[in-house]
Amino acid sequence: MRRFLWPTVALALIILYPLVFTTPFQQRLGALILLYAIAASAWNIVGGYAGQVSVGHVVFFGCGAYASMAAYSHFALPPMVGVPAGIAASVAIAAVIGVPTLRLSGHYFSMATIAVAELARLIVTNTEFLGAAVGLSGPTVPRTVFDLSFISALPYYYLFLTVLLITLGITWWMTNSRIGFYLRAIKDSERAARSLGAPASRVKLYAYMLSAGLTSVAGALYSMMFGFVDPESGLGILISVKMLIMAALGGAGLLFGPLVGAAILVPLEEISNNVLGGKGAGLTFVVYGAIIVIIARFQPGGILALINRLWAKHKPAEAPAAQGAPHAP
Amino acid sequence: MSSILVQVIVGGLLLGAVYALFSSGLTLIWGMMNVVNFAHGDFVMLGMYVAFMVWTLLGVGPFVGAPVAALVLATVGVIVYFGLIRSVMKGPMLAQILGTFGLALLLRYSVFWAFGANFLTLPGDLVGGTYDVLGIKLQASRLLAGVVALLVTLGLHLLLTRTSLGSKMLAVSEDATAAQLMGIRPDSMQAIAWAIAAGATGLAGALIATFFYIAPTVGETLGIVAFVTVSLGGFGSVPGALVAGLLIGVIESVSAYWIGAVYKDIVVYSLFLCFLWFRPQGLMGKM
Repeated sequence: MRRFLWPTVALALIILYPLVFTTPFQQRLGALILLYAIAASAWNIVGGYAGQVSVGHVVFFGCGAYASMAAYSHFALPPMVGVPAGIAASVAIAAVIGVPTLRLSGHYFSMATIAVAELARLIVTNTEFLGAAVGLSGPTVPRTVFDLSFISALPYYYLFLTVLLITLGITWWMTNSRIGFYLRAIKDSERAARSLGAPASRVKLYAYMLSAGLTSVAGALYSMMFGFVDPESGLGILISVKMLIMAALGGAGLLFGPLVGAAILVPLEEISNNVLGGKGAGLTFVVYGAIIVIIARFQPGGILALINRLWAKHKPAEAPAAQGAPHAP
Repeated sequence: MSSILVQVIVGGLLLGAVYALFSSGLTLIWGMMNVVNFAHGDFVMLGMYVAFMVWTLLGVGPFVGAPVAALVLATVGVIVYFGLIRSVMKGPMLAQILGTFGLALLLRYSVFWAFGANFLTLPGDLVGGTYDVLGIKLQASRLLAGVVALLVTLGLHLLLTRTSLGSKMLAVSEDATAAQLMGIRPDSMQAIAWAIAAGATGLAGALIATFFYIAPTVGETLGIVAFVTVSLGGFGSVPGALVAGLLIGVIESVSAYWIGAVYKDIVVYSLFLCFLWFRPQGLMGKM
């Protein structure tokens, strides 16, 4: 049971965080960390576990955000009514990209995801129904609690925490299911896995579709918290970049990697934006780029993998327990 | 055909030749090392900014700017190879894609930080005016860019297929260990390939800068154009990139003329996805 000790302590600290740090800035920061952790954890399913690097994941984020805001602006429904539509659209798009490209080498998949994200951004920018370049807004004044429109960041914090736990739960369940074992085999050697009968393309596609659906939930939550979505905030390539870098920095393919990455990078970005103002936007991404290059060059496994390795060296017997994704008993 | 359509097609071919040139750089690296450079579009962008700097500092046009851009980018290519690519090539796919993608961000936002987000342009008459050939209006800048790009792309093809350097590079791409036993250093060959590929890309950037807008984010769009061109032409095939580049230039120009400039990228990206579905090996490629 010792392997549950640290996650439990961490969870308790996460639950207590907004009660200890009570300023609006701190609570908003906490909520944003959790929000990006949801998106990055969703990316992690296909990028980390399946080893297929999607660089256009924002298209699913945008599906969720636009579906929620469209439900409000066109049908005067609570934004969360749009969530199932966003998930459905995301899963469908994932199938359209995934079916042809996941049979090929991973580069094709990465290129196709970039092209689809740009395509989606261009189409939405020219579609009146989706607000074109201006975007769509959510409710300015909450009508009922179902609008999920709050002034304080506190309700969002716990909402995001719940969704994050569900996302991590699904990821954990997936890694311990048949699909998880297939994915591990495919990631080690796709050729070997195929020759032993693992349905490689199909399993990667399932992981991609699952990841797409969860990412669209993150997009929907984002649009509810900010109350609007436009082509830049809902479909800009930098959102994809954030998911990818958070997961990679923390540890791609590790359960808690994306959360660790988000906990490092979101404060960094918020603080640099506050200190540097508008000029900071460019500099933040220079730093992001440098971090990605350094991770890729020196530590592709991310921070958690590094810690796990140091930990294993220190205490060899504890090594399996320290892993982010524990194996089935 | 109306003379306007002919003019649109000629314009597309000239632009397409520049696409072909910078896509050749991408396809060379991809074919030789199985590495996709996600920062490729940003190499084009750097070439554009070098040409712009040469013009603002020295007051001279692409005749100086283009060779300087080629040299600067060739240097960048070698630095990137030794600093990043050589080690991520051996790592997992994630490291490869992350590495070049991070490089793209680093380049894009360093330029953004240094020059700002504003669109810059070189003066329209830097190269010369507009000529009238058989009723077709040709801008001198586009003509120069298209013709030079076409010649350099053909030269690149000859270099790869007809010289001993090209054969050595081919040998390394076929089997690096065997090539090493024959006394060819894979490391040097791959560094040379990066220098050639990045240099050609920088040259293309300097040429396209004479009539295209210059902005830090232009690399994103041009990078996708390069992916589309390479996947249409087939990996590692410079002639494939040439044909595909010309084709995409024409498709872009014609669709901009028929259905509006906003939709030209939509047409090209959709075409790319159709190709991935139905003919992933490209027009001329082998799987």
